[in-house]
Amino acid sequence: MPLTTNTILICAGGACISSGEESVKNALERKIKEYNLQEAIKIVETGCMGACSIGPLMVIYPEGVYYQKLTPKAAEKIVEEHLLKGRIVEEYLYKGDKGKIVPQPQEEIPFFSRQVKIATRNLGIIDPLNIEEYIARDGYFALYKALKEMKPEEVINTIKESGLRGRGGAGFPTGLKWEFARKAPGDEKYMICNADEGDPGAFMDRSILEGDPHTIIEAMTIAGYAIGANKGYVYVRAEYPIAIERLSEALKQAHEYGFLGENILDSGFSFDIEIRIGAGAFVCGEETALINSIEGKRGQPRVKPPYPAQKGLWGKPTNINNVETLACVPPIIKNGPQWFRQWGTEKSPGTKVFALAGKVKNTGLVEVPMGITLRELIYEIGGGSPTGKKIKAVQTGGPSGGVIPEEYFDTPVDFESLTQLGAIIGSGGMIVLDEDDCMVDVAKFFLEFTVDESCGKCTPCREGTKIMYEILNKITNGEGTEDDIETLEKLGNIIKDSSLCGLGQTAPNPVLSTLRYYKDEYIAHVRDKACPAKKCRNLISYVIDTSKCVGCTACARVCPASCIDGEIKKPHEIDQEACIKCGSCIEVCRFGAISKVSPALD
Amino acid sequence: MPKIKSLEELMKIKEETLKNVKMRESGKRGKIIVAMGTCGIAAGAKETLNAIVEALNEFGVEDIKVVQSGCMGLCEVEPTIKVEIEGEIPVTYGHVTPENAKRIVKQHIVAGDLVGDLIVKQGEE
Repeated sequence: MPLTTNTILICAGGACISSGEESVKNALERKIKEYNLQEAIKIVETGCMGACSIGPLMVIYPEGVYYQKLTPKAAEKIVEEHLLKGRIVEEYLYKGDKGKIVPQPQEEIPFFSRQVKIATRNLGIIDPLNIEEYIARDGYFALYKALKEMKPEEVINTIKESGLRGRGGAGFPTGLKWEFARKAPGDEKYMICNADEGDPGAFMDRSILEGDPHTIIEAMTIAGYAIGANKGYVYVRAEYPIAIERLSEALKQAHEYGFLGENILDSGFSFDIEIRIGAGAFVCGEETALINSIEGKRGQPRVKPPYPAQKGLWGKPTNINNVETLACVPPIIKNGPQWFRQWGTEKSPGTKVFALAGKVKNTGLVEVPMGITLRELIYEIGGGSPTGKKIKAVQTGGPSGGVIPEEYFDTPVDFESLTQLGAIIGSGGMIVLDEDDCMVDVAKFFLEFTVDESCGKCTPCREGTKIMYEILNKITNGEGTEDDIETLEKLGNIIKDSSLCGLGQTAPNPVLSTLRYYKDEYIAHVRDKACPAKKCRNLISYVIDTSKCVGCTACARVCPASCIDGEIKKPHEIDQEACIKCGSCIEVCRFGAISKVSPALD
Repeated sequence: MPKIKSLEELMKIKEETLKNVKMRESGKRGKIIVAMGTCGIAAGAKETLNAIVEALNEFGVEDIKVVQSGCMGLCEVEPTIKVEIEGEIPVTYGHVTPENAKRIVKQHIVAGDLVGDLIVKQGEE
């Protein structure tokens, strides 16, 4: 056996791949070979490590040193300095808040140390394509326990007692769902994993499938045993090619080792899993639309009841769970329900993975105990604002969720508290907004998404969301009236009450919640034709402060519309008629002479 | 791969894999730091490093990390290694040839006795 002196874990999550992980890995391999170290140094591609904003990143063990923002050149230097000579290359180390160099951030930096990893326990630690590494981290022990030592009812009771709730958005108790499917009459049942993650900005399910595919196989098999199903489907979107590739490989390995197929672990129970690839329609994340899609029909929701637990796939009792929910199942079975309950709140036990994005320093995936406050999440783990501007609110739950203003940041995060505030946990997307973000514009962004993604089956969603979007468009263009605001509110509530599925029922949330907390911004748009955040293009003008302008001509040179005039060393002026409001001038001005004003100048 | 049927088979895979990944996890009793500056490498530190890892494997020692460092500044007695065990005074050894490395692992790491003739320094600088 070759002697491994160093192991390099390189993050091969979606974000790091996009920022060049592969070329970094190739450079590492090339250099390592050049120095003939390939026997001594092992490179492992892991799932997402969560710190996406500093990718591509890697950790070198045994020292546990984090290197960030890597390039092929950086990789070569690290091989020559760190691996060959044992000198840490400081310029690529993780740098903390104050530029302090931190070689082992997982122990010192809140972004890492405040996390509790259950669903993402193996991400960034194991090689997703190596089943034995999964087993080394207690993988498939829960399956053994469930199949050999527990009755299906006991498995269901364990999940019920743990208080695990669906992580895909609705927060329905998982154990109860399993019990419904178990008790439904019929000898043919199905177990489905919903991996049709569609919320803009959410990517925890993708990361779990890419970084730890075996946990989903193990959990689905346990769930299949609990409800009495012998066949499972993973419905995953085609936009996740790496997830599909790694899951397919993991399925093959699980077959080889006997964790799937006939008579698993000599228990008499047989189970198999097939992958179904979705074409990327958002509505297919809705369970009945997903079932239609697997059956080869158009992805449109069905009327409930009957619920999938009674009449699901091919008309048979079916249980559907989301990826992150399933990833919690093996540790709960192995460690017991009380173990899971040590984190979180009474009604929302355990942890939740959030995708932090927007105006926050540390963007990426974080798994934290439920009940953590938004303030801790955004300021301690997220590191607060990267620009020093005031954080105004956080948008949670994507197109089905809403905004929560800064005043409420001390609210503990759980399913109930966020719903009370008019937002939802949803799938865990969290977009931090600052004073430069216009709330009407935010609402419009999400409405545009739902208009696009509405399947068209029921009228309130198909027509209603479109009308709401048109009104928002009017308002941001400065053509709205106060009556429009009232219509938005009324229409939103009607769509909520009368839509067929979750998509339509939650689509007005971004509008209703911004209206609830930021009505003044809407009123400013319609009454004063002003955008307080100075974001809506038609309601602002760019102006040059003649006392600050030194006439350097930088703005005039960069203006694509050639609308800035002036002599060298004399104050310049913007021709408002010709200005296209692209903002290029403001970016290049080094004297702070250009600013935005709202309402727009005539 | 024969299909797994029992808990014992599962445990066996877990333990064997853990042995392999142990090197990259922390939570060790201590570490051996091998000085791998240019001087150290020229004096044969790479062979020393390999010999240490081999010896640790041979004696089944899993709770000692092997770490590389830069030059310790003791170029005339290279290759040098420093043994740091929690709760004990760090010991620096010089002239650590592969044979000496094996001796240090056997005598110091496994049996707990210092290797007197190779000690360059005790304690931190």
